[in-house]
Amino acid sequence: MRKCIEPPRHQGTKAACRPRDIARAARFKALRAKLLLGVLVSWWLILASAAPAFAVLPSERLADPALEARARTLGQELRCVVCQNQTIDDSSADLAHDLRVLVRERLVAGDSDRQVLAYLTSRYGDYVLLRPPLKPTTWVLWFGPPALLVAGVLALFAAWRRRRRDAAAPPMPLSADERRRLTSLLDEGG
Amino acid sequence: MRRLLFILPLALFVVLAGYFTLGLFRDPSVLPSVLIDKPAPEFALPALGDKPGLATADLAGGVALVNFFASWCVPCRAEHPMLMRLADEDHVALYGIDYKDKPEEAKRLLAQLGDPYRRIGVDHDGRTAIDFGVYGVPETYVLDKAGRIRFRQVGPITQEDYERKILPLLKQLGAS
Repeated sequence: MRKCIEPPRHQGTKAACRPRDIARAARFKALRAKLLLGVLVSWWLILASAAPAFAVLPSERLADPALEARARTLGQELRCVVCQNQTIDDSSADLAHDLRVLVRERLVAGDSDRQVLAYLTSRYGDYVLLRPPLKPTTWVLWFGPPALLVAGVLALFAAWRRRRRDAAAPPMPLSADERRRLTSLLDEGG
Repeated sequence: MRRLLFILPLALFVVLAGYFTLGLFRDPSVLPSVLIDKPAPEFALPALGDKPGLATADLAGGVALVNFFASWCVPCRAEHPMLMRLADEDHVALYGIDYKDKPEEAKRLLAQLGDPYRRIGVDHDGRTAIDFGVYGVPETYVLDKAGRIRFRQVGPITQEDYERKILPLLKQLGAS
């Protein structure tokens, strides 16, 4: 096969190299696979690059990479209250910009991550946090779904056990009444 | 008992559906302020033009309305006649905070439509607004005599808002 990818120079007739068509098909196939791969890879690249669509402006960035990294982590935790379903890092709203600058200022001033979040929740409430805090009013939110899951699994397990027990148990003997009806039915049929 | 168990999922569904239906009618843009019943944040803002600036101390001693506005904000223009009326009725001291604005533009706005404010502070970088928890203009805060925030109006004050929410509160707080 490998030889026929380059058609032999001196045997120019098609008949001399029948596998040529096969080779062409193979080449086409390989090309198609490559193309498909290319498309997939570029799609993946587009999607991957779209996910962290930072609106963080170069002018906002801190010189200290460690602080900037903390600011980015915090930025992903904070909701832009204007656009509501974006983080402040993703949003290009004016207020989001102000909040990003504020977060960086607090970090430079030596605040811990927790203090920065507290600073913002004292002004905007828990609503600015994209991850709801754990407290009595959010217990249902945090523990509800796992509790439901556990309850569902337990119910399934109970049903499964009962079914097994029922299947294993010997069938209940017929009552005298049922026996009488059975014999009369059998007699009718006979 | 057994039958009740079968009704349980249906009951749960009804509760959940009811909850979501109510959610449909909730306005997600109206957020509760965490500063209700808390003292107004500390600030001291420079003046706009000839009027004195505005600081936290200026708000003490009486019931006050603090209105965040900007010349670039269209709903603020819509709200403006209401603010003029409030200023005329003189129940309450109305203060303005000019949010992220160009001073000339703000002055032009007030020259055009009238100036309802006793004092105006210029919040050039929007920090005071963040301290108040403002997320868009106009927003108006009602402060009691002790300087605590008692109410927040998000968006322009409509006639209905004024009559049903703000005026009763002003009376309750003992505004003259």
